[in-house]
Amino acid sequence: MTILRIPTPLRPYTDGNSEIELQAENVAQAMQQLIGLYPTLKPHLYNGEGELRPFVNLYLNEDNIKDLQGLDTRIKESDRLMLIPSIAGGSPDVP
Amino acid sequence: MYPELSHSEIHRYSRHLLIPEVGLEGQRKLKAASVLVIGTGGLGSPVALYLAAAGVGRIGLVDYDVVDFSNLQRQVIHGTSKLGVLKVESARERMLDLNPDIQVEVYNEPFTSENALRIAESYNILIDGTDNFPTRYLVNDTCVLLGKANVYGSIFRFDGQVSVFDARRGPCYRCLFPEPPPPGLVPSCAEGGVLGVLPGTIGSLQASEALKLILGIGEPLIGKLLLYNALDMSFDFVKLRKNPKCKMCGENPEITELIDYEAFCGVPGHDHEEGSAGAGWDISASELAQRLKDGEPLRLVDVREPHELEISHLEGSHLIPLGQLAARLSELDSAQEMILFCKAGTRSTRALELLVSAGFRKVKNLKGGINAWAKEVDPSLPIY
Repeated sequence: MTILRIPTPLRPYTDGNSEIELQAENVAQAMQQLIGLYPTLKPHLYNGEGELRPFVNLYLNEDNIKDLQGLDTRIKESDRLMLIPSIAGGSPDVP
Repeated sequence: MYPELSHSEIHRYSRHLLIPEVGLEGQRKLKAASVLVIGTGGLGSPVALYLAAAGVGRIGLVDYDVVDFSNLQRQVIHGTSKLGVLKVESARERMLDLNPDIQVEVYNEPFTSENALRIAESYNILIDGTDNFPTRYLVNDTCVLLGKANVYGSIFRFDGQVSVFDARRGPCYRCLFPEPPPPGLVPSCAEGGVLGVLPGTIGSLQASEALKLILGIGEPLIGKLLLYNALDMSFDFVKLRKNPKCKMCGENPEITELIDYEAFCGVPGHDHEEGSAGAGWDISASELAQRLKDGEPLRLVDVREPHELEISHLEGSHLIPLGQLAARLSELDSAQEMILFCKAGTRSTRALELLVSAGFRKVKNLKGGINAWAKEVDPSLPIY
């Protein structure tokens, strides 16, 4: 069981869940499971060509998967995946 | 080399002087230092207050806004007596009251590609307390071009991020976020808002990092990103690496001067009229009131979040939060004229773009949102 942490801005698309439990051997499988569970997340994470969007940073423990083996990075049971959002707020006013 | 401290300064900073890592020499370093704070809002408030109190000799403030009632929930440097006053002036007065021994320089203008290098040049460190992507990329690029540290902080609802981007010693902001999210994709507007104390936490961390950089003590957050969540009370650190292909600070940088950041981020400029979808797509609150009074069969679609209905709502409107709109198009009849609204018109503008791209033509945006309705048509509703 691997835990995937969902940041606040994406929680509306995961029924408010902050942590998702996944059974996956690598990052690609984990992401497929995530999208399978919450299809409305997909456009927020992937572009039209099915690639992770450049502003989406996916971390395995402390490391960006870009610095590991990308989507092929293998996952161990105790690992934790984390999506890191691009947020801009400093003093946001709700529009 | 560093300026001397007066007896009164020694008395004022005695709690610093007692710490071996600061001491007299450290305090003199602080006095000699200069820090530019971009934005005097939620993050800039604690940053500016703590840097002033700590005795940073020269502090610059950049902001072009005035103090608004809705700022006071978190922007603690300002006060009720300062409503309508320029934020930089309000902040300067408070900082000099806290510490008259420092110098506060104010720039009552937006931070832009035209003025950024000129303003930032004479400061040692920049602190990013802005609230939008274009200015964040501008602050980053300015720091990379000038070879300065960028103490970064960002907040959203209960989440905060802190890092120190210094391209001379580690990654820059673009190494982590090569490009901003397309406007409307990340639900920053529809899901907006922030816990008032959150910028206090994050801004205080930014101030700590700035003081450490000046003093040359501890381990700055270079190459590390702190992720804070107030609900979980979690502090997570992740590693950031310099991207050799970074367009700004990589081996072969493509960007060698400041660019048009609003075009880069695809968002309108500072002078964009908030809450307007543009000519032909807007309807004013008073015009809508008249058409409803005339009995026209208009469908009112509220794209706010459910909890906002408790604050104010329009009779007979149909709620579809912006985040759900794409999945609930079947509830809408493209033959019937629709008026979309939200709090102030920004989310409904996004909703309108979404509907138009899905083939809807008979749609209009209530300019200024339900707040404009409260102001122009029904004063019994609160403005929020």
